Amino acid sequence: MDAGVDGDQGVSMHRHPRWQLAALLTAPVLWLVVAYLGALGVLMVSAFWTVNGFTGGIVREFSLANFRTILGEEVYRTVTLRSVGVAAAVTVICVVVAVPMAFYMAKVASARARPWLVIAVLTPLWASYLVKAYAWRVLLGNGGPIDSLLGGPGRGPGYGLTATVIVLAYLWLPYMILPIHAGLDRLPDSLLEASADLGARAGHTLRRIVLPLLVPPVAAGSIFTFSLSLGDYITVQIVGGKTQLIGNLVYANIGAAGNLPFAAALATIPVLIMVIYLIAVRRSGALEEL
Amino acid sequence: MTLSPAARWALRAAMALGLTFIYVPLLLVLVNSFNGDRTFAWPPHDLTTRWWAAAWASDGARQALLTSVQAALGATATALLLGTLVAFAVHRFAFFGRDTLSLLIVLPIALPGIVTGIALDSAWRSVMGELGIGKGLLSVVVGHATFCVVTVYNNVLARLRRTGTSLEEASADLGAGPWQTFRYVTFPLIRSALLAGGLLAFALSFDEIIVTTFTAGPGLTTLPLWIFTNLFRPNQAPVVNVVAAVLILLSVLPVWVAQRFGSPTQDANITD
Repeated sequence: MDAGVDGDQGVSMHRHPRWQLAALLTAPVLWLVVAYLGALGVLMVSAFWTVNGFTGGIVREFSLANFRTILGEEVYRTVTLRSVGVAAAVTVICVVVAVPMAFYMAKVASARARPWLVIAVLTPLWASYLVKAYAWRVLLGNGGPIDSLLGGPGRGPGYGLTATVIVLAYLWLPYMILPIHAGLDRLPDSLLEASADLGARAGHTLRRIVLPLLVPPVAAGSIFTFSLSLGDYITVQIVGGKTQLIGNLVYANIGAAGNLPFAAALATIPVLIMVIYLIAVRRSGALEEL
Repeated sequence: MTLSPAARWALRAAMALGLTFIYVPLLLVLVNSFNGDRTFAWPPHDLTTRWWAAAWASDGARQALLTSVQAALGATATALLLGTLVAFAVHRFAFFGRDTLSLLIVLPIALPGIVTGIALDSAWRSVMGELGIGKGLLSVVVGHATFCVVTVYNNVLARLRRTGTSLEEASADLGAGPWQTFRYVTFPLIRSALLAGGLLAFALSFDEIIVTTFTAGPGLTTLPLWIFTNLFRPNQAPVVNVVAAVLILLSVLPVWVAQRFGSPTQDANITD
């Protein structure tokens, strides 16, 4: 970490910012640009390759066959729409649940309670993702607590699409609460008082002052909730029953089918959606809030 | 802003409901780890500690825990190094592609894990595989470090932006060499940011399953992989539940560490 700041040639490096910069950047750029971006690039290129049906070997020739299949067959469109729908629903649920909680934590709770509420929301973030999904598997199980609460086996939602949305929203909720809370915490109380002094009612202040300021933190939180839901294929296996999302299709094509080019072509769908999403969200200044 | 009593009451209720929603599933796992019934019949009829004994004796779980700790330590160390380097470069220099670089650092965590997973998997097989280095702990560390860099980078960069460079300039003016300045001025300034970023990186790595699925070789099992394979085996359910309960209890630890050692007020005093 100190390569650019000190070292044997500390003095001479100090006089040559160019060398300092090179010392700081060489390792990270090699790692992130050459290795990571390179790997991603090869993956995207391999989406245009095909697999020989007889030998199972990869044919390294440009072909649009994979994309033709994806665009042409009903099932891929359905699964893409379902995945985007799940990601959007999860994001909306998280926003709806997170905003009142974050507002209470930042503006309404007593000064003594505030840090404890933050800790209470933060702590489950450290509990394992799998453990939480597993907890819901037990909760939602046939004859499990939710069923008995609702009056007997089969009364609850059981495993399926609804369960997937609930569990994903549960998993990513803290990622939404924390940026919103940070945004509201920075918002000075005097601003709200000024609005009230100028004659605005509470509802008016909320709409005209608080809501516009919530856009960047909500956008920041939505990067997590949307992207993490879009790529998920584990939760859906645990509580989704037979539900399939894009991730499951990608996984099935690598594992059972052994068709890496087609898996890569499928994987371009969430990548494309996320890149568009990130670019759109960057305009709101949300990347600074991460 | 003055909220009506009804509004305050509604917000308080929303907070309470939210916390209930967050904690009930976790409490259920804790209670179930003492549930004598193998299928977790609810409500539990007899309480027992024998699953805890069984989990303690499970070699698979213990081995997987060890592997996970090793992988997380490796990934955290790498992320601390790379993240700090980039944060310093971005803060201290203006260079071509700086904005792109900061977007690139977010990418591994913004893209779905399965994409990063397959990309790294096929790259590793075609590059490192040719060199005779198979997948194993090293490839897991590489995969995890790739998406952990962002946590360190964000924390350190935010700290550098807040503290500025005037203290370092003062140190140099007073005759300190670059190493002395780093040792006595820069490092203490960023120490708690490194701790916060490092803790997050450790937790991300320790918990990760998707990228791990693709970067772990056939013989390597991290704790999440172990939980996932045993999740669907009815025989193992009670042991899995105990491991889950332990992980829930352990999640208090990093929060405590962050509160105890990472309190921002500690070094804010230096700059104020």
